[in-house]
Amino acid sequence: MDSVRSDHTPATRGGAAEPRWRGGPAAAVKILVAGGFGAGKTTLVGSVSEIRPLRTEEELSEQGRPVDDTSGVETKRTTTVAMDFGRIDLQPGLALYLFGTPGQDRFWFVWDELARGALGAVVIADTRRLADCFPSVDFFERRGIPFVVAVNCFDGAERFEVEEVRDALDLDPGIPVLLCDARLREDGKEVLVALVEHAAAGRHRAATARA
Amino acid sequence: MAESKVATDGPGVPAGREVPDGPELPPGAQESARAEQADPGEGPEVDLFRPRAQAEERWFDDEAGPVVRLYSMTGGRTRPVEEGLFDLISLITAARPGPDSGGVPAHGLTPEHQAILTWCRHEPLSVAELGSFTDLPVSVVRVLLGDLYDADLISVTRPVPLAELPDERLLRDVINGLRAL
Ligand SMILES: Nc1nc2c(ncn2[C@@H]2O[C@H](COP(=O)(O)OP(=O)(O)O)[C@@H](O)[C@H]2O)c(=O)[nH]1
Ligand SMILES: [Mg+2]
Repeated sequence: MDSVRSDHTPATRGGAAEPRWRGGPAAAVKILVAGGFGAGKTTLVGSVSEIRPLRTEEELSEQGRPVDDTSGVETKRTTTVAMDFGRIDLQPGLALYLFGTPGQDRFWFVWDELARGALGAVVIADTRRLADCFPSVDFFERRGIPFVVAVNCFDGAERFEVEEVRDALDLDPGIPVLLCDARLREDGKEVLVALVEHAAAGRHRAATARA
Repeated sequence: MAESKVATDGPGVPAGREVPDGPELPPGAQESARAEQADPGEGPEVDLFRPRAQAEERWFDDEAGPVVRLYSMTGGRTRPVEEGLFDLISLITAARPGPDSGGVPAHGLTPEHQAILTWCRHEPLSVAELGSFTDLPVSVVRVLLGDLYDADLISVTRPVPLAELPDERLLRDVINGLRAL
């Protein structure tokens, strides 16, 4: 893709976005990177893109309890939710944004928004604590969001076959499971390509089913 | 559990970190932002904001940081104008002032509004990037973007709708783009 790369825009905005192409994105897609604490989400996003921190302040209003607007700001309690994101310029005008999801359990309300319109998700499984990724798998299964499982191979961790992991996670046979080292850019790329191919195959199946 | 560490995990915002006094501006943007502020031109007057709360009024939620400052930035508003308009990957571009508009009206624009406009003046940036670059929470950026949108100062490109059947060519482009990295 040398002809494309020659379009490269020199970095003009030190430390900030350094778009590979002039003009910036005209279209954007997103992929989520999920998994338990310490599974390698930040590492994976960082290995394939320039990672940046992102935070949001969300209101914690108890379910069903109306927020009393007249009593002022003091009654509002917010919490900071931090996550990772990175941008990959795929071709002129097309950007892929990766979002490392914030912790499971506490921040489902953020997940819902993150997942809306997502191309798909990578669930990182750490074989030392496989159960940590169950909630992520459940989440994407329930919402019908295409996902792949990336088994992060930590040093010293027992090696598992892909099929063992699939069984342990009780995954549909169609869901790709890949072994990876989240620190390696090539592995990260491979996982993302597998996800998008999986999403494309699902699209194809859905289209044929409708025809 | 371990997830309570999430706020300090990776390059996230350290817990209890104070929000800096002004938003971060793109390198070299300071001067042009000032210049525009000095000369508001003939554009329509936009009354976006009530005065900011005094610094002494700030108080700190142990988890959330300086809440009052953030609320004063948004006038206490927390919801975007239109549901889904400011998705994390919606692309924002500062509207190009028309030949007769006399430039961007600076009245009523806070430094935070200015910073957002400056960041996305030359190319579209996602809502997520604007949050990260200005060092403001996305929730706050959304409210500020709502103001700018109402004042016709930005244009918004919503994300490609992928809900049911993402476009086959788009998926192919994504795959090829990833392979070429
Ligand atoms: N050996 C090895 N270490 C990894 C791998 N991925 C992540 N790590 C390390 O595991 C730790 C936690 O990773 P991190 O990406 O912060 O996890 P997160 O909580 O899911 O974001 C870090 O110290 C990483 O350097 C991997 O594939 N192999
Ligand atoms: Mg992390």
